[in-house]
Amino acid sequence: MATATEKAKINLKEISNQEDKLAPGHRLCTGCAESIIVRQVLHAISDPVIVASPTGCLEVSTGVFPFTAWRVPWIHNAFENVASTIAGVETAYRSLVKQGKVKDKGIKFVVFAGDGATYDIGFQWLSGVLERGHRILYVCLNNEAYMNTGIQRSGATPKGTWTTTTPVGKVFLGKQENRKDLTTIVAAHNIPYVAQVAPHAWRDLMTKVKKAVACDGPSFLNAIAPCPRGWRYDPKDTIALSKLAAETCVWPLYEVDHGIWRLNNKPAEKKPVVEWLKAQGRFAHLLRPGNEVLVDEFQQAVDRDWEKLQRLCECPS
Amino acid sequence: MGSFRVKGKVKALEGDNAVAEAMRQINPDVVAAYPITPQTEIVMTFSEFVADGLVDTEFIAVESEHAALSACIGAAAAGARTMTATCGPGLALMWEMLWIASGWRLPIVMAVVNRAFSSPLNILCSHDDSMGSRDAGWIQLYAETQQEAYDNTIQAVRIAEHPDVLLPVMTCLDGFVLSHTLEPVEVLPDEEVRKFIGVYIPVYPLINIEHPVTYGACAFSDYYFEHKRPLWEAMGKAAKVVADIGREYGNLTGRYYGLVDAYRLDDAEIAIVILGATAGATRVAVEKMRQHGIKAGMLRLRCFRPFPAEEVAEMLRGKKAVAVLERVAFFGAEVAPVFLDVATALYLRGIHTQLVNYIYGLGGRDTTPEQICTVFQDLADIARTGKAGPIFRYLGLRD
Repeated sequence: MATATEKAKINLKEISNQEDKLAPGHRLCTGCAESIIVRQVLHAISDPVIVASPTGCLEVSTGVFPFTAWRVPWIHNAFENVASTIAGVETAYRSLVKQGKVKDKGIKFVVFAGDGATYDIGFQWLSGVLERGHRILYVCLNNEAYMNTGIQRSGATPKGTWTTTTPVGKVFLGKQENRKDLTTIVAAHNIPYVAQVAPHAWRDLMTKVKKAVACDGPSFLNAIAPCPRGWRYDPKDTIALSKLAAETCVWPLYEVDHGIWRLNNKPAEKKPVVEWLKAQGRFAHLLRPGNEVLVDEFQQAVDRDWEKLQRLCECPS
Repeated sequence: MGSFRVKGKVKALEGDNAVAEAMRQINPDVVAAYPITPQTEIVMTFSEFVADGLVDTEFIAVESEHAALSACIGAAAAGARTMTATCGPGLALMWEMLWIASGWRLPIVMAVVNRAFSSPLNILCSHDDSMGSRDAGWIQLYAETQQEAYDNTIQAVRIAEHPDVLLPVMTCLDGFVLSHTLEPVEVLPDEEVRKFIGVYIPVYPLINIEHPVTYGACAFSDYYFEHKRPLWEAMGKAAKVVADIGREYGNLTGRYYGLVDAYRLDDAEIAIVILGATAGATRVAVEKMRQHGIKAGMLRLRCFRPFPAEEVAEMLRGKKAVAVLERVAFFGAEVAPVFLDVATALYLRGIHTQLVNYIYGLGGRDTTPEQICTVFQDLADIARTGKAGPIFRYLGLRD
């Protein structure tokens, strides 16, 4: 079901003249994808916004007293409960508008949360808020581990990945378990709009934001967020890695729009996953001689998920 | 404001329903709550008010108590008058959030229907929950009756939102003893409650788009300490506000409330310090002792946070022996929490009364006036001999 804003043009010239709602001078690492994604999302929303973040990289880098990098109202409560927190804000606004205590200014409520706060510790809070239908946009800045505390595994970390809690040892080589398919889990809540996005595909991302905030209910974007520190690559390669994630189908770009599954970008030629692995130090052990089977397993997992996604997108109902 | 009394309507209400009735009259902008025995009837009754359109409140039926307080914090920061209710394990689950609510100076009002902590699992009354969170920067009021649970709920809104205070308030009532027993409760006319609580004007509403604010920035060794100091100061000012509002409420209703509630204490030689519903049985015990010529009295703590040290010390000054009765299972200290504060208040003012500490009624065990009489008899012995004996004692515990 196409919404009116779906066709809304993304005008680069116009955007370049808009003030960033996240000011420069924040403390995120060089090459971090998070500020890129945050700015893309906020530039796509023309209405006033209130932003919430859980504890995590973005939070500790943008709100350190007595400074704030936020030019919009911003709230950070704790690590696990950003969904309930923004739901409280949204509900308060709805109540006050309904009672005529404040004027309706069309405020949009946006969450930026890491994968730790989304896939793991905050999962219950997120699920509850989705089920109750609060009108919020939840953006997961997914860098596939707990980067803020020093690169520990999360439910989003792919099998085989080195992290500081899944080290490459003599017995175990990296994480032993598969990642959780959170985007699909969120879609199973039957909320109006769910999508996977990546910062290199900024037009796709911003179009999806426009669709998301136009929904009368919760929307969720899972954004792959390359992390130079945790993934072990040169900070200049962030956007290249984002692109590679999509081209290898490690991170396919798709949407579930009012129940309709749709691929937004089918790579003309699906690149082998080894290209993704060799670009990042966190996978270096997989490429050592004798570990070919682990690379094969990684490829098979990506292929399996990709096949499944294509089937879902072929059979919309 | 001139003294006048408003006649309310007397209804038979259980404590939970009395709290829910007060919430209906307060008509908060947002309520987020999760049902848990013995608080469930508050949430159920309030849900009926919402379903029948009797309140303007947006009610969020959250998936846990942690989410309840998280959503309340979001709503209160946004600028909404916000309420919730919980008990025992639910309050424990909220633990982390308690400090954030007070740290942000959010005037959230929360009914706490006191329930014992596991293990073993128990749904009945102990004060483990609110006592465990007594240092979280929340004001704590303890009701003796269903009427007081109702009255405290209304006063709590004014206390929490007072510009000198701006702290969240827990209104505590004993699980089942008050929450699930019927008593006559005088309910004020709706318009009188609305007039009494007034219009809420939030200080830094997050939803003010024109003046964006940042809630929840981190502060480290350079600024953290300074963020905590105003809480001590607000707590310090809160005692007067609790007393003032209790008096103003008395002028309206004829029911006056202070920080403490003394019963036949002036000429008493021995006294019991207690909080919660067992104060009722203690009043009966005082009367029985008086009939036998023993000058017994009671000091009930209505407000436990801020601790009314001055009032407690002055009222216990000159007593020969005092027992602090506590419904709490706390381990590791020589005595229980209320005793610690009472003893500190006395010591700091050079008052050397013989003090003993009794643990009673855990997990909903009934405590009778006869049992409390045995405490007074112990106190009479201590007063006569001048020997306290063991300080830490049990009341109503089987061998």
